Amino acid sequence: MTLLSILDVELALLIVGVAIWTIAARDLFGAVVGYVAYGLLLAFVWIRLYAPDVALTEAAVGGGVTGVLLITAGKRLGALKNAVPDAQPRLAFKLLTAALAALVACAIGAAVLMLPDPPPSLAPDAAAAANGAGAGLGNPITAVLMSYRSFDTMLEKVVLILAVIGVWSVGTDKAWGGAPAPFRKAKSYPPMVFFAQFLAPVGVLIGIHLFWAGANAPGGAFQGGALLAAMWMVTMMARLVEPPPVDAQWLRLSLVAGPAVFLIAGLAGEIVAGSFFAYPPSLAKPIILLIEAFMVLSIAAALPMLVAGPPSERTDP
Amino acid sequence: MTTLLDLFTLVAVSAGTFFFFAGTVGLLRFPDSLTRLHALSKADNLGLGLVALGLIPHAENLLSALKLIVIWVLVLLSSASTSQLIGRALRRGRK
Amino acid sequence: MNELLLTAAGLILLTVAVGLARILRGSDDVQRLMAAQLLGTGGIAALLLIAYATSVPGVEDVALGLALLAALASIAFVNLLDADQGDAEA
Repeated sequence: MTLLSILDVELALLIVGVAIWTIAARDLFGAVVGYVAYGLLLAFVWIRLYAPDVALTEAAVGGGVTGVLLITAGKRLGALKNAVPDAQPRLAFKLLTAALAALVACAIGAAVLMLPDPPPSLAPDAAAAANGAGAGLGNPITAVLMSYRSFDTMLEKVVLILAVIGVWSVGTDKAWGGAPAPFRKAKSYPPMVFFAQFLAPVGVLIGIHLFWAGANAPGGAFQGGALLAAMWMVTMMARLVEPPPVDAQWLRLSLVAGPAVFLIAGLAGEIVAGSFFAYPPSLAKPIILLIEAFMVLSIAAALPMLVAGPPSERTDP
Repeated sequence: MTTLLDLFTLVAVSAGTFFFFAGTVGLLRFPDSLTRLHALSKADNLGLGLVALGLIPHAENLLSALKLIVIWVLVLLSSASTSQLIGRALRRGRK
Repeated sequence: MNELLLTAAGLILLTVAVGLARILRGSDDVQRLMAAQLLGTGGIAALLLIAYATSVPGVEDVALGLALLAALASIAFVNLLDADQGDAEA
């Protein structure tokens, strides 16, 4: 066995171990720690599969943002500790769930193992179409996302907005228009404030760099946006800034800016380049970068709002 | 020249691995949470720093090498700050 | 050189795994937070080593992102700890 395959086996065992531990954890804190660790290890797997873009997205969204989402949700559930707990599900129900989960895992495993060799793939078509459309980008993933499958990418951002609206609508009628609850009940604590103060500018710089470099190197709008979202959440968690009220104009404009610009560019493509969502060959790269810039703004606005939650009536002044 | 750089990488990466090992042993064997925190932050700072330094000769270009240094400084500062936060949580948990 | 990098990555992963296993079984929340910190830093080191050994481009950006996100996760976990312990005062 070569060194690399020993490493792969070690990684696989570690991932399975952490996954089992996450499922078996008895309390929220342990489960969330396990989940974030699992996300980090999955980023490893993507690197081993030569997909640094996906590794970055996995770490950013799977590890960072979702972890914070789970923690914030857990804190709010913890506040409901006084509520009457539901009856525990019966053993038969648990066994049924386990059996179904195992069945799904076996089905996926069988599908992977039974793939013909070489497996069918859209990659040559996608690469040809992305290059043919005159996208002029060095990173084939960005070319596929923004050129070959541009409509899908725009719809994904629309889904994000719908999710934010859904989260906001959970708030009570009286609280509508207010701001979500702060991320942390107590007043700010100086080391945490210092941490946020030096981390946020560095993170913003790196996030913008990731977005800009995504044209020719691993990176892209989503990764950059997720990192910017993480930095905004850091400042909110340290209570340097507070979550904005949900009826703030700038917030709502930022949220819709990405898909709106994307849609306008797509419609304009009808007139300028001959078909819906086509780019004129000479201007493809600047247009794509412009659309991506607004998408970064939308993602950086939407993800923290998803984590901040619904508007709440302010109980503390 | 390349053998000198390779030797540098060898020494730095080995030292970094050793510090990770030492930090984990400290994490497991020290009696107290606060002393374990101390061991952990040594592994963080020195282990990752030495590994990053050792990889600098193999970076693709100057920008990548600079990024490695930025990674080290970033982890240095953030693990120091996190140690403060964890220390406070430990102290409050004692009460 | 590649063998060295891969061996180092494997050893670091192993060390982190052992540390994780021992610490995660502890019932204290702060221990788990420290274990997560260890995994984060060890993970970044092993990630850099593996990517350099297998010539994956652009891994420094991934490591930078990971470092920032590890910091984010740490702050979030400490906030959760404080909430659990009842942060009455700053």
